[in-house]
Amino acid sequence: MLRIPCPWCGIRDEVEFRYRGDALITRPSPDAGVEAFTAYVYGRANPNGWHTEWWLHVSGCRKLIRVTRHTFTHEILRAETAESCRPLSGGAAS
Amino acid sequence: MRLMTKRASSPTVDAGREASEKPSHQMSRDRYSGGRLLAESLTRHHGWTRAWAKSTPQKRYSVVIVGGGGHGLATAFYLATEYGIHDVAVVDKGPIGLGNVGRNTTIIRSNYLHPDNIRFYDFSLTLWERMEQTLNFNTMVSQRGVLTLFHSVAQRDLFTRRANMMCLLGADSEELSVEDVRRRVPLLDVQNGRFPVLGGFLQRRGGTVRHDAVAWGYARAASANGVDIIEHCEVIKLLCEGGRVIGIETTGGTIWADTVCLAVAGHSSEVAQTAHLTLPIETHVLQAFVTEPIKPAIDVVLIYGAGHFYISQSDRGGLVFGGGIDGYNTYGQRGTLPTAEEVAATAVTLLPSLSRVKVLRQWGGAVDMTMDGSPIISKTPLDGLILNGGWCYGGFKAIPAGGICTAHLIARNVPHPLSAHLTLDRFATGRAIDERGIGPHPYSH
Repeated sequence: MLRIPCPWCGIRDEVEFRYRGDALITRPSPDAGVEAFTAYVYGRANPNGWHTEWWLHVSGCRKLIRVTRHTFTHEILRAETAESCRPLSGGAAS
Repeated sequence: MRLMTKRASSPTVDAGREASEKPSHQMSRDRYSGGRLLAESLTRHHGWTRAWAKSTPQKRYSVVIVGGGGHGLATAFYLATEYGIHDVAVVDKGPIGLGNVGRNTTIIRSNYLHPDNIRFYDFSLTLWERMEQTLNFNTMVSQRGVLTLFHSVAQRDLFTRRANMMCLLGADSEELSVEDVRRRVPLLDVQNGRFPVLGGFLQRRGGTVRHDAVAWGYARAASANGVDIIEHCEVIKLLCEGGRVIGIETTGGTIWADTVCLAVAGHSSEVAQTAHLTLPIETHVLQAFVTEPIKPAIDVVLIYGAGHFYISQSDRGGLVFGGGIDGYNTYGQRGTLPTAEEVAATAVTLLPSLSRVKVLRQWGGAVDMTMDGSPIISKTPLDGLILNGGWCYGGFKAIPAGGICTAHLIARNVPHPLSAHLTLDRFATGRAIDERGIGPHPYSH
């Protein structure tokens, strides 16, 4: 059982959340080409170690939060609000 | 209630019956047979030799296969027997067969919807049917049938379509009424409040196989055909030169190879990453459970249609069951409690009497979840590197076909016709094979 420290609601059980995958992929600019978009849609770093990922607190504040979690030990390093991470419109970031 | 068919528990008993079909490549001295078992029993079983040779790595091989699981060992076996390539090594970081080949729920079936998938998995099923003769090893293939339940009229229509697709392509599937289902599995609560059972689809040729025996059988047969099986030899990185993989660096030294094949599903991304190759894969954990042994109670593989749950009874009497993946990236081969609770709840909904049975063991396996839920047998952007991976939660039943198709790709340098759709570039070209139409979200497949 993961205990996720939601920045809005405090520590909650994983059953309140829905996993939304890798948070470090960034949408390329529209003219970036097929290869860049294939990497964006399908390529995943899939590390055996620290992984930054989105979790949606469906049974709580219903906010998307960004969690840094170890994929082997399941230890959670930090959880941040989506708003504090980066501009939600992609492109320039990558 | 029909009792479960008892199978011989000794690897040697079945083989005697098949003596006339003796494959030429087996060394007769070490051949398992009923006569041999009888002879050995008179001499206190001192005459048995190691099933496969312990090897130390040579400097160079034609083909090095990373991963001594079902797919790696099957690939090595078929390379040697079907394609005449004997200069092959299989390396594994631990003893062979400790990965997913020994962690699954041992089910074989071919009830898919996509024509390419039906052809591939049904080919696999035909190979399972003659596996014991091919390998001269009792893998305890038990075609007890796979019964998938449906719980709504819409689901019945969907499954009818799937069954028709299967029958058109030579696989087998038949519809059972709810009375038939009840007769077949008396423990089933067909009137359960949440999702009453309306009937089921039975694939009679489906069933279970003793999974450890599959690894051992392929290892023994591959070893007898000149394949080196190198255990406790972990790959540190793939060695590349000018866009080509030329060997592997391992804890046992450097091994050069013309072709390197990855068969490390669950850890494909990690190994590929050492050559800066990013794959369309996430690693997730799939749990399985086994109960204390009970008397024969379920003589088919039963699959729940309204959720993720499947159950069968092992020859030892334990009920073996599992559910879906835990649902977030993890390499921890253990699984977490919320999923275990969900699986247990489903089990009791369907088979209420299971609430009185104790779970004996629980375990998890790290699986490669691909972005479309289908596997990969393919060349890669790096020359000399072949990928067999992305098996999601369905790698076990695909072992024989996966082995032949991967061996074909290595030996002939073109995909086997039955696995031509499983390429790595299908994602870039828009040919994803998304059996359930979920999209590129591996945690939802």
